[in-house]
Amino acid sequence: MLKLDKVTVQNGVFELNADLQVPTQKVLAVIGPSGAGKSTLLNAIAGFLPVSRGRINWRGTDISDHAPGARPVAMLFQDNNLFPHLTLAQNVGLGLRPDLKLSATQKGIVSRALDRVGLADLEERKPAAVSGGQQSRAALARVLVQNKPLILLDEPFAALGPALRVTMLNLVSELATETGATVLMVSHAPADARLIADQIILVADEKAHAPVATAELLDNPPAALRDYLG
Amino acid sequence: MAVRSVAVNRVPGFGAAILVAALVLGTLLAVVLRAESGRGLGPADWSAVRFTIAQALVSAVLSVALAVPVARALSRRAFRGRYVLVTLLGAPFILPVIVAVLGLLTVFGRNGWISQVLGLAGLPPLSVYGFHGVVLAHVFFNLPLATRLILQGWQDIPAERFRLAAQLGFGAGDTARVLERPMLASILPGAFALVFAICLTSFAVALTLGGGPKATTIELAIYQAFRFDFDLGRAALLASLQIGLAGIAASVALRFSGSGGFGAGLDRVMPRWDANAHWIRTQDGMVILLAALFLVVPLVAVVLAGVRGFGLIGYGVYYAAFLSIAVAMFSTTILLLLALPLAATIAVSRRGLVEIVGVLGLAASPLVLGTGLFIILFPIVDPFALALPVTALVNAILALPFAVRILVPGLRDVVKSFGPLAQSLDLRGWALWRIVILPRMRRQIGFAAGLGAALSMGDLGVIALFADPEMATLPLQMYRLMGAYQMEAAAGAGLLLLMLSLALFWLFDQGGRWRAET
Repeated sequence: MLKLDKVTVQNGVFELNADLQVPTQKVLAVIGPSGAGKSTLLNAIAGFLPVSRGRINWRGTDISDHAPGARPVAMLFQDNNLFPHLTLAQNVGLGLRPDLKLSATQKGIVSRALDRVGLADLEERKPAAVSGGQQSRAALARVLVQNKPLILLDEPFAALGPALRVTMLNLVSELATETGATVLMVSHAPADARLIADQIILVADEKAHAPVATAELLDNPPAALRDYLG
Repeated sequence: MAVRSVAVNRVPGFGAAILVAALVLGTLLAVVLRAESGRGLGPADWSAVRFTIAQALVSAVLSVALAVPVARALSRRAFRGRYVLVTLLGAPFILPVIVAVLGLLTVFGRNGWISQVLGLAGLPPLSVYGFHGVVLAHVFFNLPLATRLILQGWQDIPAERFRLAAQLGFGAGDTARVLERPMLASILPGAFALVFAICLTSFAVALTLGGGPKATTIELAIYQAFRFDFDLGRAALLASLQIGLAGIAASVALRFSGSGGFGAGLDRVMPRWDANAHWIRTQDGMVILLAALFLVVPLVAVVLAGVRGFGLIGYGVYYAAFLSIAVAMFSTTILLLLALPLAATIAVSRRGLVEIVGVLGLAASPLVLGTGLFIILFPIVDPFALALPVTALVNAILALPFAVRILVPGLRDVVKSFGPLAQSLDLRGWALWRIVILPRMRRQIGFAAGLGAALSMGDLGVIALFADPEMATLPLQMYRLMGAYQMEAAAGAGLLLLMLSLALFWLFDQGGRWRAET
C-alpha cells in the first residue's frame, strides 16, 4: 500500500498537501481543476519533486528520499515517453536493463511484451515510423516489462483521439490486472474515470483528498468538484 | 517544473572545468611570476600596446559599421545564392588565417591583382604590410562574423512588427527609426566588443602582415622576445600585459554578446513592405555584391594560385600536412573530452560556469598560454620535444568556448525532454551517455568537432613558438615558404591546407548528420 503521510510538496510558490492511502491493485483517477496540483502529486510520488514535509511510504518502507529509478514506480509523461533514436524493441528493453545489455531471455520478454500490446511486427521500427497510438502501445509495453507495482499516467494519451484514448485506457487496466499493479491516472474526463477507475482522488484547493469510490463521488460531487465539472 | 535530481552526473564536468581553469590560470600565474617588471616597459613595448589597441579599435569599428548595411540587405532581399552567401559568412571561422592572408596578398598585395591593374594605369602599387594590412585582414575575418550577429538581430524582430509597420504606412526611414535602430542599439555593442577582443589576441595576422617598430602587436612582441632574443622575462612581462587587456575586453564582450552567431534560422527572409523603392533595391544589390566579392575573390585567388603551385609541393609540405592532421585529431579528441562533460554540467546548472569558461577561453591567447607552458615545462623537459602535443592542447583550450556554446543548448533540450524518462528508467553514468546523450547530440557534436579540427588544422600560434627547424605543421611550413619568398610553393601548400581544413570540418559535420534521427 502507498501511504502519503501528511505530505507537503512545494512547487515554486505553489503548495500541495496530501494525507491519504492508495489501495493496491486498483485503478484510481486523479481529477481536479487545471493547476490544482494533479501533476505535482504524481511527480512527488515518482520522485521528481521533493516532499518538504511528511513522508511517502511504500509497504512500510519510507521512499521519500529514493531516486526516481529506485522507486516502485513506472510513469508515463505527457510526451517524450520514447527515445526517438531507438527502435521500439530497444525502448522497451530499457525497462529491463538501462544499459540495454539484454540476455536472450530478456529479449524474449521484450518480444512478448510488444506482442501483448499488438506490435509484434514493429519491433525494429523507430517511433517516428509508427502512429501515435502505436507509440503509446510501445510505451505501455515498456511499463509491462518494468513490472513495477505502481503505474502513474500523467495524461500520456491526451494527444490521441477520444476513441483511441479509451482503447489505451482499457489496455492499461487490462495490463494492470495481469500484473497486479496499482494505476494512478490524471484525467480531465469524468467519463474516462467512470469507465476504468475504481476510485477517484480529488485534487483541489491545494489538497489531494483521500480516494473515494468513483460512482459515489461523481454522483454526489462536493462543491469543489461541482465547480470544475460545471 | 523544478526537478529534484537530474540524471546527469556533474562531477566530470566540474573536473573538466577545474582542469581547464588550472591550466589557463596556472600558465598565467607562471607568466606573471616570471615577468621581470623591474625593467618596466620600454618605448617599443608602449608602441606595441598602442598599435594593438589602435588596430583592434579600427578593425572593430570598420567590421561592425560595414556589417550593418550588409546584414540589412541580406535580411530583406531574397535572391538566388542567398543561402550559399549566408553559409559562406560562416566560412572565415574555419579558414586558416595564413591561407586568407595569402589570398589577400594575391589580391591586394604589391604584386597583386589590383596593383597590376593600377600599374597599367601608371599608378603606384598597393602595400598591405603594416597597419592597414592588419586591419584589412581583420575586417576580412570579422565582417562576416559581425554580419551574422547583426543579421540574427534583424531576424529576431517579429514578423508582425513589419506587418504592423506596413499597415501604418511606414517608409524605410520610419522602419529604421522605430524598429531597426533600437535593435541595432542592443546588438552592436556586443558585436563590437567581440570583434575587438578577437582582434586584440589575434597573432597570425600580425605575424604575417605586421612587424617592424610601427606595426607590432603585443602578441607579436611576445613571439619576438621569445623566439629572437629568448628573453623569457620580457616575454612574460608582455604576456602579463596582454592578459590584462584581453581579460577586460573578453569580459566586456561576453557581457554584451548573445549566441555567438551560431544561431540557426538565418536562411529566412523577412517579407518587407517598406523597402521596395527602386533605389533601395539597387543599393541593397550593390552592398551584397561588394560584400560577396570581398569575401570570395581572395578565396578564388588562393585556389588559382594554389593550382599553379600544387606541383611544387615537396616532401616537407606533405610531412607537415601529416603532422597537422595528427595534431588536429588529437586536439579534437581533447576538445570533446573536455567540452562534453563541461557542457552537460553547464546544461543542468545555473549560469556562471559558462561565463568563466568563456572569459578564460577568449582572454587566453595562444602566445600567452604557450609562453606559460614553456616556462612551466622548461625546467622539467625539453619543451621543443613537446611542440606537437602542446599545440594540440592549446588548440583544444582555445576552441573550448565555441564548442561549449554549440553543445549546451542541445544538451539543455535533451535534459528537458528526456531527463524525466531517463531518471524513471534509472539510466545513469556511461549508459546515459551511450544510450541517450551521444545519439541525440550527434549533430552538435559533429559540428563542434568539425570546428575544433579545422581551427587546430589552420592554427599558426603556439606552434610558431615551440617548433624547431626540423619540424612544422602545415600552416607553419607555409609561413616558412612565404618567408623564403617561395610564393608559388606557399600557394600550393595553402591550397592543400585550405582543402584539408574544409575536408576535416565537412567530414565531422556530415558524420554527425549522417543518418541522424531527429
